[in-house]
Amino acid sequence: MNLIIEGIQKAFFLIFTLDAEVLGITLLSLQVSGTATLISLFIGISVGTAVALSRFPGRQLVVSLINTGMGLPPVVVGLFVAIFLWRNGPLGFLEILYTPTAIILAQAVIATPIVTGITLASIQNLPVNLRLQILALGATRVQMVWLLVKEARLPLLAAVMAGFGGIISEVGASIMVGGNIRGYSRVLTTATVMETGRGNFDVAIALSIILMLLAFFVNAILTQIQQRERPR
Amino acid sequence: MKRELKKVLGAALVAAVFLIGMALPASAAGPAQKNLILATTTSTQDSGLLDVLIPVFEKKTGYFVKTIAVGSGQAMAMGQKGEADVLLVHSPDAEKKFMTEGYGVNRLIVMHNDFIVIGAPADPAAIKGAKSTVEAFKKIAAAGSLFLSRGDNSGTHAKEKGIWKAAGINPERQKWYQQTGLGMGQTLNVAAEKKGYTLADRGTYLALKKNLGLEILKQGDPILLNVYHVIPVNPAKWPKVNADGAKTFSDFMVSAETQGIIKTFGVEKYGGALFFPDAGKKEDDLGK
Repeated sequence: MNLIIEGIQKAFFLIFTLDAEVLGITLLSLQVSGTATLISLFIGISVGTAVALSRFPGRQLVVSLINTGMGLPPVVVGLFVAIFLWRNGPLGFLEILYTPTAIILAQAVIATPIVTGITLASIQNLPVNLRLQILALGATRVQMVWLLVKEARLPLLAAVMAGFGGIISEVGASIMVGGNIRGYSRVLTTATVMETGRGNFDVAIALSIILMLLAFFVNAILTQIQQRERPR
Repeated sequence: MKRELKKVLGAALVAAVFLIGMALPASAAGPAQKNLILATTTSTQDSGLLDVLIPVFEKKTGYFVKTIAVGSGQAMAMGQKGEADVLLVHSPDAEKKFMTEGYGVNRLIVMHNDFIVIGAPADPAAIKGAKSTVEAFKKIAAAGSLFLSRGDNSGTHAKEKGIWKAAGINPERQKWYQQTGLGMGQTLNVAAEKKGYTLADRGTYLALKKNLGLEILKQGDPILLNVYHVIPVNPAKWPKVNADGAKTFSDFMVSAETQGIIKTFGVEKYGGALFFPDAGKKEDDLGK
C-alpha cells in the first residue's frame, strides 16, 4: 500500500517538476501513437468504407480477416516488423529498426485493422435506403461516400479511440522494434517495463499513472467532440 | 452540422501537422553510419551502469548508441546475424564458441563482479552452511525448495546451468524449478514474491536490494565469478556492421577513463562497487 502512495506522490512530483526525461518520454508516446493512429485512420477508413460498400467474391473472407486483425497480438506484429526491418531483412535498407519510426510503423499495423473493422461495421449499419436516397437526389458516388462517412462519424470517433487506446498502451511491439533506447525510442510503456525490472516501482507506478492520465485526456477530448451533438 | 465536421477535420489536420512536425527531429538523429547497435545483457542496463557510460561515449565520439538490453544469449544471436555491431556480454563459454565460429573480432575483458545465490532469510534448504555453491544447489534440490531460473539463455542462466551440471542434477521439469523467462531484475522480483532461491549477478541484486527482502546466502566461491567481455562483431561476415564504431566502443570500454568510472560506479549509492574493472587482465587470473 505504501508503495502505491509513494508511486502516486512520485507521479505528481514528476509531472509538476516537469521532469525533462519523463516529459520527453510522454511526448514521444503521444506523437508516436498519435501519428500511428492518423496513419491507421487514413488507411482504415478508406478500406473499411470500400469493403462496406462493395460486393465481390471472397468478401466474406476479407471481412473475417479484418475482424481477426482487430485482435492482432502486438508481440506478433512486433516480431514480424522487426524481422522485416533487420539490416539483413527485406526492408533493411530503410535502416529504421530501433527508431521511433519503426514503432509508428508497428503501431499503425496494429491499429489499422481496428479502425477498418469499426468503419466497416458502422458504414454497413447505415440504412440501405439512405444510400439510395442520396444517389436518387443526384449525388455523385464520391459525394455519397462522403455523406455516408459523415453520417457514421459517431462510431468512427469510437474507432479513433479504440485505435489510439490500443496502441498507446501497447508494449510488446514497441520494445521489440523500438529497443527502448533512452531519450530516443523510450515510450511510457517500455519505460514502465524497464523501471519495474530495475525495481524502481515508484517510478514505474508514476509512469503508469501518467500513461493513464494521457489516455484519459485524449479520450475525454474525443468524447467531447463525439457527444457535442444532442441526440436527435 | 457541416461546420461541426469541418471543425473536427480542421483539428485533425492541425494535429497531423503538429505530430509529424514533432516526429521529424526525432527521426533525424545524425547520419546512419553514426548509429551503433550495442547488444548487451540486462544486468548492465538494470544496474544503471550503461546510463552512466553511454552518454560519456556519445559525447566523446559523436556516435549514437542504440542499446538493446537482452540476455547474453540473445545478444550473441543478434551478433551472429549481423544485427548488432558490438556486444557487451557475460557468458564465457558461449563467447568462446562465438569467437571460434568467427562471428566476433578481438574479444576483450572489461570487468567482473560475481554471482550470488539469493534466497529468503528463512533459508528453507539451509544452504547458508553449505561448503560450496555446488553443495548449496544439491541441498536446494534435495529439499525441493523453489528455485527461480532465468530460463532465457542469458549469461546468468548459462552459469546456473553449469552449476547444476557440476552438481549432477537435472532440474528441468522438476516441480521446485521454475523458469521465469525474464530479465535479472524481474526474476529477482519473482523470487522475492515467491520466497524462492535464485542465482543473480551482484550488480543487479545491489541495485534492487531495497525492495526485495532477500538475502545473499552463498557468495565468494570461485565458480561464481562473472566476467564481462566486449566483442566487436566481425564485419567480414556482415558488411553492414559498423566496424569502426564497434572498434571505437570496445577501445572506449577498456580505456583508463572508462575503467575508472566502472570502478567508482555505484559506490556512493549502494555502499560498494557493483563492477570491478579488469582491462588488460587475463580471465584465468581473476578471482585468485
